[in-house]
Amino acid sequence: MSTKEPILSVRDMRVEFKIKKQNALPWQKPDILRAVKGVSFDLAAGETLGIVGESGCGKSTLARAIIRMIPSQGGEVFWQGRDLMKMNEKELLGIRKEIQMIFQDPLASLNPRLTAGQIIAEPLKTHYPNTSKDEVKKRVRELMEKVGLSGRMINRYPHEFSGGQCQRIGIARALITNPKMIICDEPVSALDVSVQAQVVNLLMDLQKELGLSLLFIAHDLSVVKHISNRIMVLEFGDIAELGEAHEVINNPQSPYTRELINAVPIPDPIAERKRIAERRALEASA
Amino acid sequence: MMVDVQKMEQFAENLAAQEEVQGRSLFADARRRFFKNKAAVVSLIVLCCVFAFSMFGHMIAVWPNDEMDWGILGQIAELGAPSIENGHYFGVDELGRDLFARVVQGTQISLMVGIVGALIAVIVGTLYGAIAGYTGGKVDNVMMRIVDILQSIPYMFVLILLLVVFGRSIFMLFVGIGLISWLDMSRIARGQTLTLKNKEFVEAAMATGVKPLTIILRHIVPNLLGVVVVYSTLLVPQMILTESFISFLGLGVQEPNTSWGALIAEGAGTMQYGTLWQLAFPMFFFIISLFSFFFIGDGLRDALDPKDQ
Repeated sequence: MSTKEPILSVRDMRVEFKIKKQNALPWQKPDILRAVKGVSFDLAAGETLGIVGESGCGKSTLARAIIRMIPSQGGEVFWQGRDLMKMNEKELLGIRKEIQMIFQDPLASLNPRLTAGQIIAEPLKTHYPNTSKDEVKKRVRELMEKVGLSGRMINRYPHEFSGGQCQRIGIARALITNPKMIICDEPVSALDVSVQAQVVNLLMDLQKELGLSLLFIAHDLSVVKHISNRIMVLEFGDIAELGEAHEVINNPQSPYTRELINAVPIPDPIAERKRIAERRALEASA
Repeated sequence: MMVDVQKMEQFAENLAAQEEVQGRSLFADARRRFFKNKAAVVSLIVLCCVFAFSMFGHMIAVWPNDEMDWGILGQIAELGAPSIENGHYFGVDELGRDLFARVVQGTQISLMVGIVGALIAVIVGTLYGAIAGYTGGKVDNVMMRIVDILQSIPYMFVLILLLVVFGRSIFMLFVGIGLISWLDMSRIARGQTLTLKNKEFVEAAMATGVKPLTIILRHIVPNLLGVVVVYSTLLVPQMILTESFISFLGLGVQEPNTSWGALIAEGAGTMQYGTLWQLAFPMFFFIISLFSFFFIGDGLRDALDPKDQ
C-alpha cells in the first residue's frame, strides 16, 4: 500500500445489470447480472494502478461506474475526500475535468466529422467556454507537440491518421484540461506491438512530467507490469489479488492470478512447450 | 519515440516553409466520388437547368402568365400550337394563356413545395429522431409511439380534410405536407442514432461532461447527415408527387396559381381535342425533374456509402 494520501478511494463498489430473459412477459423479474461485486481500492497521486482480468470480468464496468457514466448499485467513491456518488450534475461537471478517459479503439473514439484540433479542444471548450479562439488553438498545438504530433496536422481528420496517432490525439484530448487522473480503458489493446510500446512510454513520460494518477485497464499482463506500480486482478467482479506489481507477477497468491500468468505465451518454442505442458498438468489436477 | 523525434525534426524544418496541412473531410471524399458518377452529374446539371428555368423563365416569356390571347381563343386546337412567331413557345392552354409562362409558374410552385416539404422533414425529423434515440428509455418510447400514431392516420384523408376545412391555399398545403413528411425521417434518424450512441467518441464526450444537446448537435447529427441527405433527395420528388396528386384532384394549388400537377390535370382533360402540347410540356418538366432527383439520390447514396470509405 502506498503511504501517500489517496487521491481516489473506492469503497465496496457494486454494479448490477438487469437482463431481460428472452420471450419474457413484462411482469416477470429480469435476471440480475452482478458485474462488479464490492470492489475497494485506493489510488495515490502520481501512482499507476493496473487492473487486469479476462474479458467480461468487469474491468471497464468498474471504471465507468467510478466516474458515473453508468449507474452503480452501491458503494462510495471518494475523490480527494468528496463522495462522487452523492454529487449533483453541476458538482460532477467540475470533477469531470480532473478525471479524463482514454479509450480502447483509437479511431472509434474520435468523431470522424471533426478535425483533430476540434476533437482535442472539446473538453477545453466544455469546461472553459470563455477561452478565446487563439488561446484554444495555442493550447491544442502545445498538446499535440507534447504527445508527439505535429501542430501542422491540426486541421486533419481522424481517418487520415494511423492508429497510434489517433491514440495520441485521444491522449491530447484527455490532457487538455490538466486532469489529475486518467482512466485508460485498454488504451493499447487495439494497437500493434511496436506502437503499443510507444504509446505506453508516452503515457509514462507524461505521468512523470505532469504527476498524473493512472487507472490502467488491460488484459495484457506484460504491458500492465511495465507501467503499473500496483496491480489489481479482477475475477468475475471480485478482487482476486491486489498488491505491488512485481509481487503480483512474480509471486502470485491467488490461483486465478497464477492461471492468468500461465496463460501468457512465451516467445521461445521450448519454453512455450514447457508452459503448455505445465498448464495441462494444472488443469488435470484441478 | 525515436521515430517520432526524427519525424518532428523533419516537420519542424517543413514548418518554416509550410503552414497547417488542410485535412480532407469525409464530405470532401464523398463529393469527389459523387462527381465521378456520370448519371448523377448529368442529373444535377438538368436539375440546375430546371431551377434556372423556374427562376428566370419569366424574363424570356413574351406573354405574362395571366393574360389571355384573344386572337387565339376559340381556335386553340388550330392556332394555339407551340410556335416561335407569336411568342407562345409552348403553345397556349385551353383559356388562351401562354403555356410557357404557366409552366414557369408551375415549376416554381412545385419545386418550392418539394423543397420546403423536404426541409421540414430534414430539420424536424432529424432532430426529433436524434433526441428520441439519444435520450432512450421512456422518453424514446413515448416519442416514437406518437410517430406511430401519426403514421397510422391515413394522411391523404387528413390532407384533404385540412384543405376543405381551412380553405385551399398554398400555406395549408405546406402545413399538411409538413405534418406528415418528417415521420419517416425521424425513424431513420432514431435508428442511426441508436448505433452512434454506443460509439466511443460519444462516450468520450459524455465522460468529459459535454451537455446532451451539444452531443446531439455536434456528434450525432453530423454523423447522421449522410443518410439524411440521401433520404431527403428521395423525399423531394415524393413531396412533388403528393402535391401533384392533390392538385390533380383539384384540391391543391388554386387558380390563378398553378403547379405541375394542376397543369398536367388540365392537359389531360383536353387531350381529346388534339391539344397534346398542353399535357406534354408540364409532363416533360415533371418527369425530367423527378428522374434527376432520383439519380442524384442514387449518386449520393453511393458516394456516402460507408463501405467504400
